[in-house]
Parts: sequence; structure tokens; C-alpha cells
Amino acid sequence: MKRLLIVLLSCAALAAAAGTAFAFCGFYVAKADTKLFNQASQVVLVRDGDRTVLTMANDFKGDPKEFAIVIPVPTFIQREQIHVAEKALLDHLDAYSSPRLVEYFDENPCAPRRYYEMAPAPAGQAAAGAAKADRARSLGVTIEAQYTVGEYDILILSAKESQGLETWLLENGYRIPQGAARVLGSYLKQGMRFFVAKVNLKEQSKLGFTYLRPIQVAYESRKFMLPIRLGMVNANGPQELFVYALTRKGRVETTNYRTVRLPSDTEVPLFVKDEFGPFYKAMFAEQVEKQDMRTVFLEYAWDMAWCDPCAADPLSADELRQLGVFWIERRGPRPDMIMPGGQDVFLSRLHLRYDSAHFPEDLVFQETADRQNFQGRYILRHPWQGKEKCEAAQAYRRELPKRYEQQAQTLASLTGWDVNKIRMKMNLKAKTSGPAEDEPWWKTIWKD
Amino acid sequence: MNPRFKDPRLYQILVLSALLVYGVSRLELEIRPLSALALLGTVLLTQYTCTHLWRLSAFDPRSALISGLSLCLLLRTNSLALAVLAAAVTIASKFVLRVGGKHVFNPTNFGIVATMLATGGVWVSPGQWGSAAFFGFLIACLGGLVVNRAARSDVTYAFLFFYLAVLFGRALWLGQPLTIPFHQLESGAFLIFTFFMISDPKTTPDSRAGRILFALLVALGAGFVHFVLYRPNGLLLSLAFLSPLVPLIDRLLPGSRYVWRRAEDPASTPAPVLLEERRFA
Repeated sequence: MKRLLIVLLSCAALAAAAGTAFAFCGFYVAKADTKLFNQASQVVLVRDGDRTVLTMANDFKGDPKEFAIVIPVPTFIQREQIHVAEKALLDHLDAYSSPRLVEYFDENPCAPRRYYEMAPAPAGQAAAGAAKADRARSLGVTIEAQYTVGEYDILILSAKESQGLETWLLENGYRIPQGAARVLGSYLKQGMRFFVAKVNLKEQSKLGFTYLRPIQVAYESRKFMLPIRLGMVNANGPQELFVYALTRKGRVETTNYRTVRLPSDTEVPLFVKDEFGPFYKAMFAEQVEKQDMRTVFLEYAWDMAWCDPCAADPLSADELRQLGVFWIERRGPRPDMIMPGGQDVFLSRLHLRYDSAHFPEDLVFQETADRQNFQGRYILRHPWQGKEKCEAAQAYRRELPKRYEQQAQTLASLTGWDVNKIRMKMNLKAKTSGPAEDEPWWKTIWKD
Repeated sequence: MNPRFKDPRLYQILVLSALLVYGVSRLELEIRPLSALALLGTVLLTQYTCTHLWRLSAFDPRSALISGLSLCLLLRTNSLALAVLAAAVTIASKFVLRVGGKHVFNPTNFGIVATMLATGGVWVSPGQWGSAAFFGFLIACLGGLVVNRAARSDVTYAFLFFYLAVLFGRALWLGQPLTIPFHQLESGAFLIFTFFMISDPKTTPDSRAGRILFALLVALGAGFVHFVLYRPNGLLLSLAFLSPLVPLIDRLLPGSRYVWRRAEDPASTPAPVLLEERRFA
């Protein structure tokens, strides 16, 4: 009995909703004393079997020459295994998988009929890290390789012991936070190398980018994990991380932390349309708090082989290949795909806020056989504004205050906002205290 | 005391049921009521059918229920057919895969691992437990050990000791803070494994020395899967792949066989092995 017009709103600021943070798998090491500020990190993990393509992006806003990241990697990395991606790819992936707002318009209850249509919407963000180097073998540090890729100078380091590595990094002008040596040491003992990247300013000006593009690394390793411990050493406060896992079989979840679905499919008051950014931010913060900051949230899980309808402009085969989805044919989708444009890819979008007290261990993932679709979706339902007076319309109007109150309560519980303030914003007072339906019937006859 | 209440399985059924209710209502464990019903129905039906096929004296639902509840808590799948298959395989394995009158695999363990490896359509979500659930469950499990002293808990103690040694030893070697091994232990799947699977008196070696050796092997195997192969489900895989060694261990280190205490048999003296073994509990 509803006429549905679904409008998908963009939630641009969403990913950025974050808050203060430092890094993700690696940590930033400033050369000057400036405090680095960066908002959310985004990681794309493409994985099938042991083959992995990792894309790392984050919102570094400082001077490019201050930018440096140190990331533990499980294997030696050759030049051809490194690539610099376009930021737009991550923006698109983000837009495609962001929680969204949908709008429904109630139909005239006196004359029910139905149809609906959909329109997509987007938004996002990205950026990334850099490097440079050379020097002392006496410290037990080996520069296994040195590459310039795009605007980045990249080193692959191995070391005999963490103290030597720490000293080397310090001597080369990296400010290593207190306590990093211990974490470096545990990665070294696990046979990991370090991927150190800085911005090559000359290359950057040649290329003409004003922002840092995401770095991609392709490698083969049994480890399906993201090292987050280094990034927490110098973090001041919790950090924000988005992980987009692109796999073949099904949904990806963490095996050493709870993965919980973000609350979804609930009706919220209409004013949320203008405050979707703050809404999402507040809701995420509230859910993090409710779960004692010990869970990873699933925000999106989608079988890209089909979409009916597509919630947002889906990624093309070419874009997916750019992101590292190596099993996709260049020629296009498999012929047996249910939808034209569908791809043999399952996307899981995970979002977490973490610090060392609540996330002591690196994130370990597994791919499950779960192919159920899920999205963070919030519903705006516009009441029918008509003046007709059939019985159904009267019943409909009587139900409205209840619905509004329910929406207010839902919003309060989702976001932790004060329910009274929500009611005020919704102009609920009049409606809850004296429903318009109780007015004598003749009052509205000659009203326009 | 009424000997009926001395059967440790009643306590186990109670604990697992409580955990299942809590898991579904509070933890949002993705257990659909329909799957749970299908699992429990199938285990009971299979147990009943096999009891008849093998002409056993009486249908005993208790062990089958424990297997069914453990499956509900551990097994995840989108397919009802696979859930039914896993449950049937779980119970049937007790009757079919036998060496020397003793079933080789812990039924739940075998059911999950076999369905997981053969179909790829089921999985286990080991991380889906909050701290509150973990500690509540831990206390219930430890309580069970105290209550049921008789039920060969040496294998549980031994396994706990060796597995903790693996986790903490690794963390110390890597120089990791001890919060990491503690966090690794904080898993409901680990507790179900330790207190309900490896402790299964019907599938562990007969002698104490054998059980301790077996616990050591399983702990090392789990560490190998987790930290060398970097694969999930280390505990389940380790137990499944090492269980075939139990007949060998029994030969090397023989001991007396375990029988569930029968309600109608208050005597704690071991019943004649061959006769009791026909019960296939």
C-alpha cells in the first residue's frame, strides 16, 4: 500500500566520519615534530587462495615530505609486485558499499497502488604513503630492494634484530615511537619484512598529483591478516579502519574478534536526511561503545555477481582488475552471470575503531561460504500529505504519531542522542500530545 | 544420590543449552532457529535409526543431544541441506568408523571437519564470542569438571596445560605482550573444544599416559595449523587428523575402557567392556 520512491543518498563524509587517528597496518613516522593527523585508513584486501593484493589508502593531510609509512609484509616484494592505484577506485568502492539512506513516500491510503524505482548515489575518500633510504649493514639491517614507483620511494627491509632496525630508522631521520622496537621484533621473528615508503617529491611534482595515491602490493602468503599493532604504538586515541575484502567464495570475517552486523533496515526520522553524516558517525560511535569497542562491524556484504536492483553504480571489470581482482577476465564478466555487468566477486566491507587495549592482536581473517547480501540501510518514510478522508486515511493518520514516536526512539537508541531533542527536531510535541485525528471532522473541510 | 544425576552428560546438556539460548538472544550468533531444529532433529533421528540398524538395546538421546547442541553452537551454513548432512554424518560416524569396538572420531568434530572439507559450504566462526559469554561459559565448564570428577578430566587438564604452553610460549618467544595469548584463548569455540570434544571419554585413549600424550599431540597440531599453516580452525583440524592415532596409542599404552555410567547401574565398578560398548553412546 505504499508507493515507494527510493532515493539513495550519498554519504560522502561517512568514511571520513572517523575522528583522530594515526595509521593502520604501519605507522607514520614524522621527520619533524609536527603532529601528524590523519582520519581513516582504508585497506582493500583481494584474496583467493594464498594470493593477496593489498591496497592501502589513507587521508594524509600533512606535508608530503613528512609522510612515511612502515608496514610489515610477509614476503620479499619485487618491483613488479608494487603498483600505485588511482584514488578514484577507492572512492568508487567506498561509495558503492557505504551505508545508505533510502526514501519512501507513503501512498494515498484511499487509493493503493505500487511501483518503485531506484537511483544510486556515492561518495568516499582515499590517499597513501611513501619512502626513501639507504645505509648500514652493520646494524643488521638489509635493504633488500629499493624502488621508485609512481610518486613513492620504496624500500624493502629485513633485519636481524629489532634494535638494529630501530636504530637504522632513527639514524635515517624517522621518528620511531617509544615501544616500537618490541613490536618490530615480534614481526621480525615471524620472518616478516618491512615495506618502507616515502614520497619522492620530484616524481610527485612531475606526475602532478596534489594528494597521495593508494599503494598496492601483490604477494602470495598463507597469512590472511592485517598487521595493526605497529600503528597503535604511537596512536593518540582510537583509530579508524575500513577493510574491503574482495573474494570469490563469500563473506570475510575476523576469526579473532567478533564480527557484528551494523544495525540496519530501520526507519529513522526525516530530518536525518540533512544530517546523515553526523547520524552515521554518532551511530557508529554508539555501536562501538555498546560492544565495548571489541568488535568489527560488517557494513556491507554483497555478491557482485548479481544485483537486483543495483544499489549503487557497480564497479566495472576494469576497476576491479585495477584493485587487484586478478581472477577477473579482461574481456568481461562470465557468461553465466545472473546480471549483465555482474562480476565473480564477493565484497565485504568491515569497519572498526580500535586501540591497543581492545584490539591487542593483529586482525586475522577467514573467508566463509556465506553469500548472503547485507547492507547498512536506513529508511526515511514520508507520510502521505493528502486530504482525503476515507476510512483508511483516517486510520492511517491515527497511526502516524505512533510511527513518529517509534522513529524517535529508534534514532535515540541507535545514536545515543537525547530522545527529547529528537522529538523537538521532529516537531513531535503537538502530534504526540493531541493527535490531529481527534479534531472534529468539519474543522478540516474548508481548510486549504 | 540418584545415580541418574551422576551422568555428566546431563550437566553438559544443560550448559550447552543455556549457552545456545544466550548466544542466539544476546550475542547475535547467526544461528537460525530452523537450522538449530534441523540439527537437533537430525542427530536424534540418526541416533534412533542407527540404534535400530545396529540392534542396540536402547535408544539413548543424551550423547546425540550433546553433539547436536555443539553443532548448533559451532557450525555455520546458509544451507539447511548441509546442516542436515553434517548432523547425520556426525552421528553416523560413531557407528560406522570404529576400530576395536571403539569409535575413532569425536562425532561433532568429525561431522564439522568432514562437511567443511568435503563441501566447502559450512564454516566455523571462532571469533563470535564476547568476554562475558566466554567467562560465564568458562566458569560453567570448570564447574562441570568439579561436579563430574569421575569423567576422565585428565585429558582436559593436560590439553589446557599444553595448549596454554604453546600460546604463551610463542608470545614470549616473539616478545609479544601477554594480552595476546589471553585474547587468543578468549573463544567459545576453544571452550567447547576443550570441555566437550577432546574430553569425550569415548574417543580418548584408554590409559592416562595415552591421554596425556594425545593431549600434547593435539595441542601441538593446533599450534601448527594456526601459526605455521596460518589456517583457521586449528583445534578442530588437529583433533580430526590425530584421532586415527588413538587406536595406535591404545595398543602402545593399554588401559581400561570407559563406559558411561548407566542410570540403572549405580555401581561404579566398570561394566564388562564388550557388552557395554554395544551401547555406542
